[in-house]
Amino acid sequence: MLNDKNLPTIEGPVCAVPLRHAEQIVMGHGSGGRMTHDLIEKTFKPFLASDPLAAGNDFAAVLSNNDGQSGGRLAVSTDSHIVTPLFFPGGDIGRLAVCGTVNDISMSGGKALYLTAGFILEEGLRVEVLEQVLASMQAAAAEAGVQIIAGDTKVVERGKADQIFINTAGIGWIPEGRHVGGELAQPGDAVLISGTIGDHGIAVLSARGELGFEAEVQSDVAPLNQLIQAVLAAAPHTHVLRDPTRGGLATTLNEIADQSRVAILLDEAKIPIHPPVRAACEMLGFDALYVANEGKVIVIVPEAEAEAALMAMRSSRYGTEATRIGSVQESPAKRVLMRTLIGGTRVLDMMSGEMLPRIC
Amino acid sequence: MDVQSFSSAFRDNDIIQGVLKEIRRTVTQPWVIMEICGGQTHAIMHYGLDQLLPPEIELVHGPGCPVCVTPLELIDKALVIAARPDVIFCSYGDMLRVPGSQRDLFSVRAAGGDVRVVYSALDAVKLAQQNPDKQVVFFAIGFETTAPPNAMSVLQAQSLGLKNYSVLVSQVCVPPAMHAILGSPANRVQGFLLAGHVCTVMGYQEYPPLAEQYSVPMAVTGFEPLDLVQGILQVVRMLEKGEVEVQNAYQRAVTAGGNKAAQAIIFKTFQQVDRNWRGIGTIPQSGWGLRPELVEFDAEKRFSVEDIHTAESPLCIAGEILQGLKKPHQCPAFGLQCTPTSPLGAPMVSAEGACSAYYRYARVESN
Repeated sequence: MLNDKNLPTIEGPVCAVPLRHAEQIVMGHGSGGRMTHDLIEKTFKPFLASDPLAAGNDFAAVLSNNDGQSGGRLAVSTDSHIVTPLFFPGGDIGRLAVCGTVNDISMSGGKALYLTAGFILEEGLRVEVLEQVLASMQAAAAEAGVQIIAGDTKVVERGKADQIFINTAGIGWIPEGRHVGGELAQPGDAVLISGTIGDHGIAVLSARGELGFEAEVQSDVAPLNQLIQAVLAAAPHTHVLRDPTRGGLATTLNEIADQSRVAILLDEAKIPIHPPVRAACEMLGFDALYVANEGKVIVIVPEAEAEAALMAMRSSRYGTEATRIGSVQESPAKRVLMRTLIGGTRVLDMMSGEMLPRIC
Repeated sequence: MDVQSFSSAFRDNDIIQGVLKEIRRTVTQPWVIMEICGGQTHAIMHYGLDQLLPPEIELVHGPGCPVCVTPLELIDKALVIAARPDVIFCSYGDMLRVPGSQRDLFSVRAAGGDVRVVYSALDAVKLAQQNPDKQVVFFAIGFETTAPPNAMSVLQAQSLGLKNYSVLVSQVCVPPAMHAILGSPANRVQGFLLAGHVCTVMGYQEYPPLAEQYSVPMAVTGFEPLDLVQGILQVVRMLEKGEVEVQNAYQRAVTAGGNKAAQAIIFKTFQQVDRNWRGIGTIPQSGWGLRPELVEFDAEKRFSVEDIHTAESPLCIAGEILQGLKKPHQCPAFGLQCTPTSPLGAPMVSAEGACSAYYRYARVESN
């Protein structure tokens, strides 16, 4: 036992050397959080730069011709899908690949029109599995009202990929006069969400059998284009539309606060979370605010149009649980704050590192 | 009762506000109270509880984050073992990002090492059964809370006759660390919130001698906001009255004697040893190592890494933070050179680390 004579001497402050992961890619670089952000800023941008990329949205809005006169703009986006397992409660990689890009296009305020699809297939994949994925893509495209108009297929040796990876790219049309983007949030705006958060991430994790228990959670993967068109009709001055995918609600709101140089204040008690998702997060030590969604949209609108936008969302099958979760204010700029359940306030940061790899 | 209704009862704002009011009514002078456990630090910051306490009460954060106190030397040993082509190295997720002297487990994995995150040591035993041609090594870190499952994995591997399972052990215990903190001439701590989960396993009979020796009242405290304010209230009441006791403010989970079955498994597997604590130094008899009859499951011996010695380099103030002498934002590197993405120290890496709690929930403006 310890006594006064053998007490340790305090060595003084000691610590480890920093490790920046600048030399090789680690899983955290694909998290959608801070490390992804840093990789884009420090590694991609010096080589691949353009004005639309610099806008920092998941879509690019470009002029339809070079005269600078005509009204509408093209919306262009691309997204790769590497989820494991391929099939999970509520969806599969095919539905995800279509919805992911349809949603990215829709977040421009534009109408999604066409998709392309690129497949990387692993040697040994069963054709019937591929057919199931394709049938799911067909159904999702029909539901969203988009056409898949170009494709590509490559096969790699067994072990060089995991069954199927799918890239989709999309083209949409943004009508004249519509300006929606992460940089347009303004103090006084209301922050709305189209429904519960965290369902997709927990559903995929549950399908992997990694929870150690069964969670009755369905992925929310869905095409949001019709819901968004309804919101824009009801709330024509909508400032921001953004789907909180990898990194979750907290990371996505941080991106918006950063782009718009505003503060976003959330009310924890108002954030909708399905009880089984909350329970799974409690047990695993996750924060649902950082868990991925594939069928939700954050809508930031002027206060005067908040009710109309909410009603429009609730009338869509994918927005029945839409609710107001916070507001935009001027300061502290570029920060997301949350009033906690017991009345304290805390900072919500972007996700750091890796939380749940390969969920979309 | 499901998880939801179980936890929501302890997050009832009206009841919590009532206890906070009682704390404000009771306190008459400044007190420094340490919460031992990193899980409590995070809960406090997560709910913004520190802002709701009267200014007289200062909460300081203890060394109860297993990732933070695991010495650099042991991480270096883990890196050497994990890089071997014949090894599947299993760890709780937080450990992967803690830097050793050259790299971390994430880098080892990116370079081709088979490093896997598991939620339980028993999953690692399963991996050993499924991969008879591989050596499966589990990084057995943690306080008294992780000791029973980690110990159980060794006993299970023994009864299964597994020759390809071993553990790299860094088990530490709370009471010796409290002894070190209270015995330090720089100590400021006047009352303790004891770590509820640790006491669930071990009970709280070890603490009255410590409380008496240093005249410091203590309350066994849980992790929900109501648990925390209740623990704080009990400690404040004792401080104000000049009482020195160990009270139990987490009665739904903790008994005085603890979980005897879990303790039996621990003592069948481990024996007390000296342990090196990152930021504090070697504390005699402050942790557990494998008993001599289980030495065949000792990864340090199996992979001959006992002779790896690493000196820590003084870069951040993790040591002072782990002893409650300083707050995370008092570190000049906090939020600038040191963030969760590029941590200078383990307290910023771990989900239970005090610096990470401050950074995530209460970042002091740095720009």
